[in-house]
Amino acid sequence: MGLVGFLTELRHRGTAADYNELVQRTPYARFLGLSIDSVDAHGRLLTRLRFDQAIVGNPNLPAIHGGVIGAFLEMAAIFQLVREGEGDRLPKPINFTVEYLRSAGPRDAFARATITKHGRRVANVRVHAWQDDPDRLVAAAHGHFLMPQGS
Amino acid sequence: MPQPILDLVCGDLQRLIAHVPHARLLQMTVVDVGPGECRIRLPYSDRLVGNPETGVVHGGVITTLLDQCGGSSVLAALEELTSIATLDLRIDYMKPATPGRDIVGYSHCYKLTRNVAFTRAVAYHESVDDPIATAVGTFMLGANRAQPAILGAS
Repeated sequence: MGLVGFLTELRHRGTAADYNELVQRTPYARFLGLSIDSVDAHGRLLTRLRFDQAIVGNPNLPAIHGGVIGAFLEMAAIFQLVREGEGDRLPKPINFTVEYLRSAGPRDAFARATITKHGRRVANVRVHAWQDDPDRLVAAAHGHFLMPQGS
Repeated sequence: MPQPILDLVCGDLQRLIAHVPHARLLQMTVVDVGPGECRIRLPYSDRLVGNPETGVVHGGVITTLLDQCGGSSVLAALEELTSIATLDLRIDYMKPATPGRDIVGYSHCYKLTRNVAFTRAVAYHESVDDPIATAVGTFMLGANRAQPAILGAS
């Protein structure tokens, strides 16, 4: 279940089912319980983090672990970059900053990534995450990724 | 300087993170704790791979390790225990983690104010001088009305 040939094919078709296949091929995305709910008319992915007791960081609130939220946002950024990139390798994170705006409660969370700048080698991405209301963010993130060069 | 957290864990450093379900799931172990300092080991697992072509652990796993270390280093700096919450965390990725090897996270809480704690952290295999990633974080103190999670259910 490698990626060679797959990412190019994925980009070509690009339905939610295709991205869920990428999730299935990525052990850590599967482990976290991620899925792609939809790809809208502009090609923007809606990524879901399924709640599970195992992703809790603070059991008193309870709240999802901050690291899991960060990982979720980074993964949402990578999926969006796969769609807008080229080549058959995954983008590599250079840096990533997560801002925690509210504690994430014991239910599913959603994320959408926007590519702010797609340079030749480096892309800048912003990601927003929410639970019940897209206007009440639980976290926001931004980062730079090294883009694979098309072959 | 009093360190209530050390009295609380009374020699069993693992108690620092034992109440955190996700830290247990990843089988993190606390290596050492000092004033405003914490070192945590994360064992390699195939489940944590972000790139199936290379077997390299996902960056988000490093985020989780350094967030956990950062928060623990803040607890280790407090003179009075309070609930904390991550305000922000920036990770710089220097090199991919080597497949099959454990990752160690080290964080230092270098400044506490009334409301905010500031941390620096590094993730590495062998030496902090050969980092996989570095991070800076800020944490809110007295973040919520629930009692500190380490004290158990409120």
